[in-house]
Amino acid sequence: MNFKRKDLLGIEDLSPEEIIFILDTAKSFREILERPIKMVPTLRGKTVANLFFEPSTRTRLSFELAEKRLNADALSFSSVGSSVAKGETLLDTAKNILAMKVDCFVLRHVSPGAPHLLARELDVSVINAGDGAHEHPTQALLDLYTIRERKGRIKGLKMAIVGDITNSRVARSNIWGMGKLGAEVRVCGPPTLIPPDIEKMGVKVSYSPEEALEGVDVIMMLRIQKERQKGSLPPSLDEYREFFSLTEERLDLAREDALVMHPGPVNRGVELPARIADGRKSIILDQVTNGVAVRMAILYLLLGRRR
Amino acid sequence: MALLIQGGRVMDPASGRNEILDILIEGGRIREIARHVPGRDRKIINASGKVVSPGFIDLHTHLRQPGREDEETIETGSRAAARGGFTTICAMPNTEPPIDDPSLVEFVYDEARRCALVQVLPIATISRGRRGEDLSPMGRLRRAGAVGFSDDGDWVSDSNLMRRALEYVKMLNLPLISHCEDKTLTQEGVMNEGYYSTTLGLRGIPKEAEEVAIFRDLVLLGMTGSWLHVAHLSTSRGVELVREAKKEGLKVTSEVTPHHFTLTHKEVRSFNTNTKIRPPLREEEDVAAVGQGLKDGTIDIIATDHAPHTVEEKEVDYISAPFGIIGLETALGLVIKELVEKGTLSLMEALAKLTVNPARILGMSIGRIEEGARADLTIFDPEKTWKVEEEEFLSKSTNSPFIGWELPGKVEWTVAGGKVVYQSRK
Repeated sequence: MNFKRKDLLGIEDLSPEEIIFILDTAKSFREILERPIKMVPTLRGKTVANLFFEPSTRTRLSFELAEKRLNADALSFSSVGSSVAKGETLLDTAKNILAMKVDCFVLRHVSPGAPHLLARELDVSVINAGDGAHEHPTQALLDLYTIRERKGRIKGLKMAIVGDITNSRVARSNIWGMGKLGAEVRVCGPPTLIPPDIEKMGVKVSYSPEEALEGVDVIMMLRIQKERQKGSLPPSLDEYREFFSLTEERLDLAREDALVMHPGPVNRGVELPARIADGRKSIILDQVTNGVAVRMAILYLLLGRRR
Repeated sequence: MALLIQGGRVMDPASGRNEILDILIEGGRIREIARHVPGRDRKIINASGKVVSPGFIDLHTHLRQPGREDEETIETGSRAAARGGFTTICAMPNTEPPIDDPSLVEFVYDEARRCALVQVLPIATISRGRRGEDLSPMGRLRRAGAVGFSDDGDWVSDSNLMRRALEYVKMLNLPLISHCEDKTLTQEGVMNEGYYSTTLGLRGIPKEAEEVAIFRDLVLLGMTGSWLHVAHLSTSRGVELVREAKKEGLKVTSEVTPHHFTLTHKEVRSFNTNTKIRPPLREEEDVAAVGQGLKDGTIDIIATDHAPHTVEEKEVDYISAPFGIIGLETALGLVIKELVEKGTLSLMEALAKLTVNPARILGMSIGRIEEGARADLTIFDPEKTWKVEEEEFLSKSTNSPFIGWELPGKVEWTVAGGKVVYQSRK
């Protein structure tokens, strides 16, 4: 397999072979995380700049750790629109940091396409760490990795994604990724949070979790993003909980060996009760651990080899 | 010295004339049209192999002056117009300040007289300050020379105000030009709501935002018996609503932009901010519907909605970028490529949408080639293709999604008021 990309911008434009190659590469990095000394010299002398224009804890720390474990130098810049407030554009900010000679940008931005702008204009690698509601490719790759680790395969599995689909980049990236590897994906949520024509992405739509969860292998619960809702929020969080939260009864509709996932941060007691989030079917913390390995693999594939 | 245009194919949609003729211009007017006019002591344009059309008229141009002279001025906008073959452009009033006072209408005329290469006609606002609360002094604006009224960029969402505006303009015999968009449906939308807004994670603008607005405006038009001009139609059902209203005998006219009959929402996948336009690029069926609307006369004219924005404004992420693209310099090429070459309209029919039809809406005796008329002419080569290059734009801005396109229909000369205001270099 020849992985020759400069950037990782989304799952939509990856081939199934590329996805599998990334997952296989991640496996060897996953082993490193179990060693007493969790570090390899793969990216010594490389510098990665993490630009986070949206609040993030997990993704930013995960990238920083991945960079450090590969011996890259990591710069982190988090600012919710602060340079824009000073009149500096995203591209200007990136060009200024690039002038200090970095090799890669990891970008989280509120606007879909922001990493694509940097990738087009700059000659260094760009990794999309979440662009608005568009894509979050490293999250989907770590989800795929975790599912494959547990189930031994992706093909033929049934997955239900439940929650605010409209505003979820995680949902979109998982729909592409799971679909490309041969899984069946169902999306479920109130009609106000299901975007138009999503069936054309190859998913089934349901407004009823009872219907969506029937016989599935994987359940992905999404965070109800209170901060993003305007008018399309279900009338109240109580009502949302009543209709869509993952109760024990609903969980029983899935396969006995079903996995419960969540991209975090969990609104405990809203979409997911604590008992299930911490229960035996939950693989939420595995997702987080594997995230470091998957990000190491991506950094290695983009930076660690001659292109 | 008199100007003689020799041997061109004169195509005049107003009279239907379509033959090879000489045109003599003197004192800014067409003096003589004949098979052969002697060329002695006359400046000669050899138009052999070219089409000589009435100068194009754009009913929908944003010249940005006063207020945003960094984006465009009356002078630079008029140069872009001349390069695109337009000899009359109507300046939209959403400037800073908006054109809601006779002194501002006079400012546009004064500035145009000082530096514009082509005729500039101001459109004034419907409401004071474009705030949608109370009517601008339409009578005095008309006397100062306003040729129409529009709160373009915003729909007059207050139905009572729109009713009164429609009633009041009846005594002025001018159209209300409506930007039909219910912004309570648009919300934070940046592109057409549909499959691509879903995959790209961008907020959608539903077609219904346009259709709801058109429907209400047409209901009020029926109530008042006034005259409504629907700006930049973009949806299939929008076209259908206008078609039905025309059948019922309402006085409604409408326009479409070149980009709406050319591009679809698929273009947004590039995240090129020059695909961010209001109304947004729609779907295949809508492109087909506006083509059909042009063909059957539902859509009377082609207007550019030329909307300049600086590189600094557009070279940002998609959400932050402003809406709008320039259009004067690529209009003819797109008309020929998308409408004429694809068989939707004959060249003569297409030229009517750029000349005599907008002239009729303006109620002016321009847009036609006849002896005694103002000498506004566009001479172009319908066969010759040219490449749209960023550096070549005469507009102050270069925000075009058509950069790099090969277009047919090269404007060779533009004559406005008898003067050559543009001449192609090659």
